[in-house]
Amino acid sequence: MPTQTQLISITVNNLPVEVEQGATILDAARKVSVHIPTLCKHPDLDATAACGICIVRITGSKKMLRACCTPVEPGMDVTTEDPEIIQVRRTVIEMILSKHPNECLTCGRNQNCELQTIAADFGMRDVTLDSIVPDLPIDSTTRAIVLDPRKCITCGRCIQVCQQMQDVWALSFLERGIDTRIAPAGDIDLADSPCVRCGQCSAHCPTGAIVEFDNTQEVWDKLLDPDAYCVAQLAPAVRVAIGEAFGFPVGTNLTGQTYAALRRMGFNAVFDTNFGADLTIMEEAAEFVRRFTTAGSTLPLITTCCPSWVDFMEKFHNDMIPHFSSCKSPQAMVGALAKTYYAEKMGLDPAKVYVVSIMPCTAKKFEIIRSKEMNSSGYQDVDVSLTTRELARMIKQSGIHFRGIPEEQPDHILGAYTGAGTIFGATGGVMEAALRTAHYLITGSNPTRVDVQATRGLDGVKEGRVNVAGNEVRFAVAHGLGNVETVLTRVREAREAGTEPPYHFIEVMACPGGCVGGGGQPYGVTDHLREKRAAGLYQEDQSGLWRCSHDNPYIQELYRDFLGEPLGEKSEQLLHTTYTPRPTYRR
Amino acid sequence: MAKQTFADLEARAKAPIPTVDKPTIKVGLSTCGMAAGAEPVFNALNATVKSGGLDWKIARTGCAGMCSMEPLVEVALPGQTAVMYGEVTPEFAGQIVDAIAAGKPLPANGRVPSIAELACIAGEPVAEGEAKQYRIVMRNCGVIDPEEIDEYLDRGGYQALAKALSHMTPEDIIDELKTAGLRGRGGAGFPVWMKWLLTRESPGDEHFIVCNADEGDPGAYMDRSVLEGDPHAVLEGMIIGGYVIGARNGIFYIRAEYPLAIQRIEKAIRQAKAAGLLGANILGTDFTFNVEIRLGAGAFVCGEETALIASVEGKRGTPSPRPPYPSVKGLWGQPTMINNVESLANLAQIIQRGGEWFSGIGLGNSKGTKVFAVTGKVKHAGLVEIPMGVTLRQVVEGICGGSATSSPIKAVQTGGPSGGLIPARELDTPITYEHLQKLGSYMGSGGMIVMDETDDLVELSKFYLNFCVDESCGKCAPCRIGGTQMLRLLDKIADGRGTQEDVATIRRLAHAMDRASLCGLGQGAPNPILSALRYFEPEFRDRLVSGKN
Repeated sequence: MPTQTQLISITVNNLPVEVEQGATILDAARKVSVHIPTLCKHPDLDATAACGICIVRITGSKKMLRACCTPVEPGMDVTTEDPEIIQVRRTVIEMILSKHPNECLTCGRNQNCELQTIAADFGMRDVTLDSIVPDLPIDSTTRAIVLDPRKCITCGRCIQVCQQMQDVWALSFLERGIDTRIAPAGDIDLADSPCVRCGQCSAHCPTGAIVEFDNTQEVWDKLLDPDAYCVAQLAPAVRVAIGEAFGFPVGTNLTGQTYAALRRMGFNAVFDTNFGADLTIMEEAAEFVRRFTTAGSTLPLITTCCPSWVDFMEKFHNDMIPHFSSCKSPQAMVGALAKTYYAEKMGLDPAKVYVVSIMPCTAKKFEIIRSKEMNSSGYQDVDVSLTTRELARMIKQSGIHFRGIPEEQPDHILGAYTGAGTIFGATGGVMEAALRTAHYLITGSNPTRVDVQATRGLDGVKEGRVNVAGNEVRFAVAHGLGNVETVLTRVREAREAGTEPPYHFIEVMACPGGCVGGGGQPYGVTDHLREKRAAGLYQEDQSGLWRCSHDNPYIQELYRDFLGEPLGEKSEQLLHTTYTPRPTYRR
Repeated sequence: MAKQTFADLEARAKAPIPTVDKPTIKVGLSTCGMAAGAEPVFNALNATVKSGGLDWKIARTGCAGMCSMEPLVEVALPGQTAVMYGEVTPEFAGQIVDAIAAGKPLPANGRVPSIAELACIAGEPVAEGEAKQYRIVMRNCGVIDPEEIDEYLDRGGYQALAKALSHMTPEDIIDELKTAGLRGRGGAGFPVWMKWLLTRESPGDEHFIVCNADEGDPGAYMDRSVLEGDPHAVLEGMIIGGYVIGARNGIFYIRAEYPLAIQRIEKAIRQAKAAGLLGANILGTDFTFNVEIRLGAGAFVCGEETALIASVEGKRGTPSPRPPYPSVKGLWGQPTMINNVESLANLAQIIQRGGEWFSGIGLGNSKGTKVFAVTGKVKHAGLVEIPMGVTLRQVVEGICGGSATSSPIKAVQTGGPSGGLIPARELDTPITYEHLQKLGSYMGSGGMIVMDETDDLVELSKFYLNFCVDESCGKCAPCRIGGTQMLRLLDKIADGRGTQEDVATIRRLAHAMDRASLCGLGQGAPNPILSALRYFEPEFRDRLVSGKN
């Protein structure tokens, strides 16, 4: 339905401004560069109106109103700052500080905390109120996400993320009044809840109440262990986000700098998960083409690179298991090959190879132990998974001047990659990469136009079709688990009606924007950041030598020397996995 | 009961109110009566009459208002003025039966004022002498058997509905309400007609009307008594409301702690349906309206409209920012009109007697009557319904008989946990929305707690604040944390450890809560203590650590 945009004129601090109907006072103020302080509001989410800091005065209204959620009305005369407003804001901040532990120096969000920032901005020097921090246990049962309800300011962002954005319904508010706290519904351990470890709660938390599980110490220990042969692999989305921790413009591609930093930290070899992405495409495109060209095969095929999505499917949509690609994720493939192919080639004892993955993701910490297939090399294929945030901290600890470090190359055996591998980090990237290779597998040649624009962008569900040698391939891309239901419902409806499936191929990534918006990425994510980070990846794809996974000579060498062929016996053993229904409660 | 028609109701309207044709004994069987032991009295009366083979009527009725005198028993003999007895025991009930059976005069002891002596009833001839109450909302309370729709119909019940459906458009009714000047009785006093108009005019797939029966102010139980004593009056108001806003469904949101009210509303709904006054094609018209009951789990904040909606939808009962107002976007995202029990109980009378009649009662912009639950240190605690404009003194010292102790009255608290204290010197203030607000208190839903000189106002402030702290939903920081911190400071002062700085901090926190809390609960929570400080600051100062005063 086309909506007629009606502009509404108001004044903010005597500055006239016109905004669209439905805009809030906060939107209007931004438009005239008036900063209204907020704490609970997040650009991704509906205003919860919880903190009460963004109050403003409207001429003619006895009450002060919240700028974050009050829609503008014609002729509104808004005052955003006066001594009374500032005093009220300061008092509310003081209240919040009185119920927040004074642990900034040892907190996961030190120097990167929205509460700390607002307290600094308001020059809070003294909290005269009693400290009433509750004594609540920390929940680190998932070994991926750590919940410290003492640090929670009850803004409700994580709950909105978990329930609406991700449709997981693991987190909720328990109790009420001063005892209100975040916890899994039923007050069970997070590990026993429907939590899929996507970490979007941690990405949206304004404080240190939800952070990633920190594995850096065990990595330091291994790096100092003379017997260990430490290898690192770098996920696609990390390279375009890590710079944010060092003051680079958002979306700057720092692949070479990160390789260099990893080597300086003591890694014996540096691989790239993008290589694993290329390998995933070799297997997954082959799997797709086999199903697509064999009558009676189960379609659509659904991608499985995202561990939160896999977990979510096993918990809530396990009727889709036959549709799932058996391919492991790129991380898992690189891990399996590091302890087999690479170890053989280099004459290393695989028992001593220690694989560290650097991921934009908290769920990868869970993926490495999710099933017995994750030990396909005879050892745990990936020993530890770090988030982008953890790596940034390690680089800082290492005394590396990241901004000045010269770029280096990866260890090419498991490090060279194509543009198809790099775009895995953005929503739609896996689909686009797979379609490129599927085209090759069906026709014997690369598509004339490798770009598949319909896979790109931040729409929650993207649908499209490509023509491959006269055959139409219909695909759907969903990101943000809350968008999955729409796509799966269409598949189920067709299945029940016995009609042609609506799609042949579906890509799902749990986090909005895909891995560039992952739960382990630097804080402060918004759509603007997701777009910039994704643009960094697409730019690399555009400028790369090879743009299709099957053109990667190191992939070709791997098949020639070691794996044989896609979906061959060795590939099946090392690169594929199985799925199990893990039903859990819902809502 | 067979489905009623307009003609049936017209016939009823013309028929006189049935008079007593045999000995009739009514027992007040509302929660207040039952708590005082009315059930054994009722059972004893029934058993005696049955065993004696007497053709008498032993009836249940609702709360007559004199709650401190319960169990109340009204004895009406043909051709005689009814006599009311208070604090009746089963033994005393036996004496009454014996007297009637023997044709002897009724016992002279145990008598209390009858309803007719206490109050004028809307639409009925004024009794002799000067009655101080005027009952519109409570006109049937303590008079009819609330479980018999016939008795409601006999006293003009559903005449307003018939009038509305046969002679009035929704706009006519809104105009009538505008003329009447009825304001919401839940506390804030928003004009009812405006709420009805706004909801009616808001576009939506469906419109809803909700009766807010989540009464929760400490010491307040007006709505409970009306639901228990005259459920059909509330239901009739709701059906008319449904007609006006174009709703097909209405919801009674009643707190689960009111089992008797729930039971009586359930019964009223069944009876009204059977009588064709609710459900499909009401009174043969094309107006269809259904009502269901949703139980509140007892959270005070669920009386706040947006939290109530969340609760009905099965969500955590927490408020949402307004706008959008429920009249625009309420239950299931649809235009929703939420009215308090007492507001709805006024409706049928306004339609029946006209807005002019209603606006002739009251003072200034406070039209009609208000029911108060007067408790605390008064001789006669209970429900009183007075025309607005009557003074606090007339209620406290007149109707309720003044201090129940040897100590004089010190203050009156109105408005519940968002209200405030009014010192004895202000008792000549007329009760209107505006006058109470000027004193720093608030009309509220009708709680009125009377304190004498022995009452400790620091403790009282703690009590109210503690209530709000307990009932805070926890959603917004100012209410969640501000209330708790203020209570700690108040505790400190009460324990004699407080300083002048603590009083200043309390004021600062109170100000922030008032300005930055999301809903009325947090905004109003500091009111009791602010008003205590306004009128009784020396009591606080006396408790501070010496030398720091």
